[in-house]
Amino acid sequence: MNVTGYLREKILYINLSGEMDEYSAQSARVKCDKLIEENASVRKIIINLSEVAFMDSTGIGFLIGRYKKAARISVPLYIEKPNFSADKILNLSGIYSLIPKAE
Amino acid sequence: MTKNYLKLQFYSLPQNQAFARDAVAAFCLELNPSLSDISDVKTAVSEAVTNCTVHAYRGEVGIVTVECEIEDATLHIRVSDTGKGIADIDQAVQPFYTTLPSDERSGMGFTIMQTFMDGFSVNSVSGEGTVVSMSKKFEAEVMENA
Repeated sequence: MNVTGYLREKILYINLSGEMDEYSAQSARVKCDKLIEENASVRKIIINLSEVAFMDSTGIGFLIGRYKKAARISVPLYIEKPNFSADKILNLSGIYSLIPKAE
Repeated sequence: MTKNYLKLQFYSLPQNQAFARDAVAAFCLELNPSLSDISDVKTAVSEAVTNCTVHAYRGEVGIVTVECEIEDATLHIRVSDTGKGIADIDQAVQPFYTTLPSDERSGMGFTIMQTFMDGFSVNSVSGEGTVVSMSKKFEAEVMENA
């Protein structure tokens, strides 16, 4: 799983790509948290899932973990462009009430 | 109709999860599944196999067995381990229930298996292991010939 980030107008964009499972989530957690820590003064964080080809329930735990991390520094978190199957899992979990989809 | 069978056995190492779900997905291609059905099967297998790594053989390595059978248009999957077993199955299958909240576990694995597959059951004996059985019927694609 590849994690890249960039800043634009005080928004931190985090792009995830590849397959999100128990195995790949471990390094993605570390990389994501580093980006969040290094950019603590942003207005919001948007995690883009458009290039995540596969996700199981590990993705739910992963996103809630990053939500908690961002909440500790009072930065709202959003999810952007999950594919059809990721969206199905995220909907089932009710996660969008915590982490809304970015418009 | 055709009948087909596949048996995979592998160590419960996390790097085998992708291999297991991709192998099952490849096996059911003969049923001409929709992308959505394939995705459901991959996710359900990933959940079952991950449970073996994370729960059944936590802290050690054991053998995970994945068996698939195709009968008519239905795929049957059995994922079994000889790990520690589940003490309370009713509790384990509750949405958001997890024994490992500190690990960022969502507690949604069994819920996803139940929701994404047509048939689902789990049998377990404490100290002996767990068997998860799932099935999915693939609807025949409607051919639109002029």
